[in-house]
Amino acid sequence: MSSLAVRKAAPAAGATPGTAQGPPLRRRIALVPTLTLLLGAIYCLLPVAWVLIAATKSGSELFSTFTFLPGTGFADNLSDLNAYRDGIYWQWMGNSALYAGLGALLSTAVSAISGYALAIYRFRGREAVFNVLMAGVLMPPVILAIPQYLLMAKADLADSHWSVLLPLVLSPYGVYLARIYAAAAVPGDVVEAGRMDGASEWRIFTRIALPMMVPGLVTVFLFQFVAVWNNFLLPYIMLSDDEKFPITLGLFTLLEQGANTPALYTLVITGALLAVVPLIALFLVIQRFWSLDLLSGAVKS
Amino acid sequence: MTTARRRSYGVKGAPYAFLLPATILFALFFALPIGYAVWLSLHKVQVKGLGLGSGARSEVWAGFENYADALTDSELLDGALRVLGYGAIVVPVMLGLALVFALMLDSDKVRLAPFTRLAIFLPYAIPGVVAALLWGFLYLPDVSPFYFVLETLGLPQPDLLDGGGLYAALSNIAVWGGTGFNMIVIYTSLQAIPVEVYEAAELDGATPLQIALRIKIPMVAPSLVLTFFFSIIATLQVFSEPTTLKPLTNSVSTTWSPLMKVHRDAFGEGDIYSAAAGAVIIAVATLVLSFGFLRAANSRQKQEAAR
Repeated sequence: MSSLAVRKAAPAAGATPGTAQGPPLRRRIALVPTLTLLLGAIYCLLPVAWVLIAATKSGSELFSTFTFLPGTGFADNLSDLNAYRDGIYWQWMGNSALYAGLGALLSTAVSAISGYALAIYRFRGREAVFNVLMAGVLMPPVILAIPQYLLMAKADLADSHWSVLLPLVLSPYGVYLARIYAAAAVPGDVVEAGRMDGASEWRIFTRIALPMMVPGLVTVFLFQFVAVWNNFLLPYIMLSDDEKFPITLGLFTLLEQGANTPALYTLVITGALLAVVPLIALFLVIQRFWSLDLLSGAVKS
Repeated sequence: MTTARRRSYGVKGAPYAFLLPATILFALFFALPIGYAVWLSLHKVQVKGLGLGSGARSEVWAGFENYADALTDSELLDGALRVLGYGAIVVPVMLGLALVFALMLDSDKVRLAPFTRLAIFLPYAIPGVVAALLWGFLYLPDVSPFYFVLETLGLPQPDLLDGGGLYAALSNIAVWGGTGFNMIVIYTSLQAIPVEVYEAAELDGATPLQIALRIKIPMVAPSLVLTFFFSIIATLQVFSEPTTLKPLTNSVSTTWSPLMKVHRDAFGEGDIYSAAAGAVIIAVATLVLSFGFLRAANSRQKQEAAR
């Protein structure tokens, strides 16, 4: 009713901004949204732009020249970082690649098979299994990490690569996403047809369902990869040998030492830049595969 | 959906077999540690004699002693208050920005949408430690462009690494890192609204602002609830950002957040029993808050539906 009044009033009021009858210029470029988004983009890119420039500064330039003025020390910083403790920086990068790559791969495999089972089969205890797994999302990492450390220590696995890798293989969020995706992407009729043809359940899963789930599983893999790459608490608690550190922990210890030896600050900054570059590159390449529908599916259900 | 027509033939065992890896991992890395933490929290070490020789130290039942100690520990309470204050800034600011950006992206004729969407989402890919490190340097007076600008303009320069400024500084890191992800979640659910829904309102002469407030926001309420829920959980568990800023300032203590205090008890002081009690309290508080929130959200939705 009120809408009827508005409809009558609109032409009388002349060009109401934003309506179909609005001024042509306002219709072509929405100025306010564009500017707001640009401001947001500048805010988000600012620290990235800064690290790009700061990495070119020598130790003295860092604290004496204007923030966004490039320096002259990039090559020196790079070779210093390379030489620091016989190139331990690259070992940290390698460790992160190992933890994130292998961890995400295993995690995706477990998520895929669990999500498929939860989506396709009706069986006793299905919702109970799902709810118990989901409670894992709510658990603060530290309540898990401290006893995980003590148990790992008992099993003689603390301070090993396994101690950082194994606790991350089961991801409740990954199972959740895989379940939603399997329910949407794998038609029950197709599974049924496979059974009619006499295929085993395992064969139906690997040959029919898995290929259909691939786009969703790419998303699960990427979420897990980023989550493991960015993880700090678990390696911080588990590891004491810095040759096994991931890059996050390595940079943190470098910064901690920098508090006493400011000369290390340039290494920290150059290291941070190099740690961000591969992740941004990966991000730019994969964002086209990033399944937004899957995310919205996760929201809608 | 064809779920109703799905039947199982001779496949009773298959789902259980398929869930076996997840079940084993859950038992080993979730259930067992939680059980062990609860067990530890109810015990303490008793030292016999001088505490020398094997068997001189033994674990004995402590009942709720560790819990009583933790709940009356001013460090833990102060940490909880700090994190609540921090969360009171982060969650509304982050979700408010995420909603505004999502609505802007969704509006007609907006330029540079793909670029800005990507730029705002980009911090999601940057580890919390690296984010805190980058911002930490931008907060240092000798490096920061903000201080340079303020100095040039002759304005007072607040200390971003101390007192109230520290809350703003830490909140900013969380807002920077989390806005993009939440924006994408909200934006995706905006995209799912059928166009016909607005066309009617537009014909009725509703302005974009009216459409946003009266139609779009109510329709994406479920995704707002979800992002709110995840943001609260993430905020209560803040650990890596204040830990990373610690080397740059003296005003972040080792017990700044409850998780940092638990970590210090366990590894700094070697008192795993108190640490376990602290961890269990944080877990229970998180669960109570989350479920309380979900229930409140659900009952509101039911009320709306009933109207």
